[in-house]
Amino acid sequence: MASFTGKVFVLGDDIDTDIIIPTEYLALKSIEDMRPYGFYPLRPELPSLIKSGDIIVAGSNFGCGSSREQAPEVIKALGVKCVVAKSFARIFYRNSINNGLLLIENSDIQDRIKEGDELTVEPGKELVLNGEAFRIGSLPDNLMDILNEGGLVNAMKKRNGVK
Amino acid sequence: MMGATLIEKIIRRNVHDDNVKAGDIVFVKPDRVMIHDIFIPFVADKFHEMGFKKVWDPDKVVIIYDHMVPSSQVDDTRHFRSGDAFAKEQGIEHIHRADGVCHQLMPELRYATPGDVVFGTDSHTVTYGGVGAFSTGIGYTEMAGILGTGELWIKVPETIRVNVNGKLPQGVTSKDVILTIIGDLTAAGATYKSMEFSGDTFDAMSVSERLTMANMTIEAGAKCGLFYADEKTAEFSGVPCDEAHGCFKDEGDGDYVQVLNYKAEDFVPVAACPSQVDKIRPISELKDIKIDQVFIGSCTNGRLEDLRAAAEILKGKHVAPYVKLIITPASRSIYIKAVQEGLMKIFNDAGAIIMNPGCGLCCGRSGGILTDGETVVATNNRNFLGRMGTNKVNIYLASPVTAAHSAVKGYVTNG
Repeated sequence: MASFTGKVFVLGDDIDTDIIIPTEYLALKSIEDMRPYGFYPLRPELPSLIKSGDIIVAGSNFGCGSSREQAPEVIKALGVKCVVAKSFARIFYRNSINNGLLLIENSDIQDRIKEGDELTVEPGKELVLNGEAFRIGSLPDNLMDILNEGGLVNAMKKRNGVK
Repeated sequence: MMGATLIEKIIRRNVHDDNVKAGDIVFVKPDRVMIHDIFIPFVADKFHEMGFKKVWDPDKVVIIYDHMVPSSQVDDTRHFRSGDAFAKEQGIEHIHRADGVCHQLMPELRYATPGDVVFGTDSHTVTYGGVGAFSTGIGYTEMAGILGTGELWIKVPETIRVNVNGKLPQGVTSKDVILTIIGDLTAAGATYKSMEFSGDTFDAMSVSERLTMANMTIEAGAKCGLFYADEKTAEFSGVPCDEAHGCFKDEGDGDYVQVLNYKAEDFVPVAACPSQVDKIRPISELKDIKIDQVFIGSCTNGRLEDLRAAAEILKGKHVAPYVKLIITPASRSIYIKAVQEGLMKIFNDAGAIIMNPGCGLCCGRSGGILTDGETVVATNNRNFLGRMGTNKVNIYLASPVTAAHSAVKGYVTNG
């Protein structure tokens, strides 16, 4: 995955899956229908502000709560390129990779960043904020392959030669 | 040099790399996977959508119908037809259509044995930590991927070590121990982590008692809850008790992120009160709580020892007027042993309602659904809002001992 730069939206700790996409909108027919309700209980304006390629920076335990796979799907549909957080809830983490959403664990930038800043991400290597670089861990190639394909179903389709 | 936690030992064995440690992301090759009736149609659909033709190893796949057995809603049987068709198409022979709860059958039938890596489409897959296997729940998309590829990526979890030593007081069960620990950790206290149990209190426990505890570690958010496999485990699982067969020694020298120490003598009978699993209170503090129903069963406490404990209390007695006592053995073999030992006669004489082996009331789909203002003492693992009927049902989670005493008295009590 090539490096990219995006505008940052800042969120706090314990952003749960009910905030990301409330239960009442889960029965809508498609992710596109759910997209306008992303983060509705906390920041209802976010879907209209986030542009393709933007980045969410959050605190600890991002994605806690239910196992709904719609949570990473909605974040991705909003155009968010990656989420940087101090930590992620386990099932959300897995669902994100499997739905092609890049997650980065980092605890160094939260105190230095503010909404609207530009953050450069070099996957597997570093985050660059206002000229200062912060090291990040890398994912194995096979996981990056899943992300680059846009999720597990697509990655498996490619693996199996399905159009 | 720092040693290894039990989860690190199990994963190192699976990936053949002795340098693996907490925080690493590795690909493991599951020794077994389990899919239950609720998710089998989704798994089959995703498998085909991904373009797979053949399951990587049909012998490693177990399909179990339990949540919906017998069917209670019009569309339920569609799940059985989907599972049957997939099993036939793929040559999957390990399919259980009415033999009991998946998390009882997996260790009982030796599908999950010490040192194994097992994934299931259910959060309580953590149960097999009771026999020293690393097992945890995943989504249906990932299960479809495993069926096609035979592997899954995992992040090796950090470990919370729980040491308990000494002898539990009379009437205190492993259920009371795990409920107390969850109360102390809170419902998110072990999120993502492995819980590792150590001490002579656990050495003295049966495999069943350990399965009860491992089953509930997910209620503290844990990825797995592991017991060291010993001679008892090896006998239960039919393997030699050595490291080559996944029975690792407890050296206590791992890098633990947290250590909890308890004296067994300090534990008392407790309940998880409505409607949080970590809202733990001693039974002695729960006064004048009248009950409408008691449920003894589930993958937490529907085993033979649980039925024996209940029968000992119910023998020669009758449930209180207006109280329904529902007994659901966790598996077919437990059911027949309970018949042979005379437990079922005791339950029958006491006025109990005896159900078929399966998930029953625990998953709230059938067999004792309650309504607003009603109260149930239940031996299963979750008391979430609406789990057994409306969101105004009061669910107290407790041991089979507390459940049986409560059924006789008609209020929450342990004797």
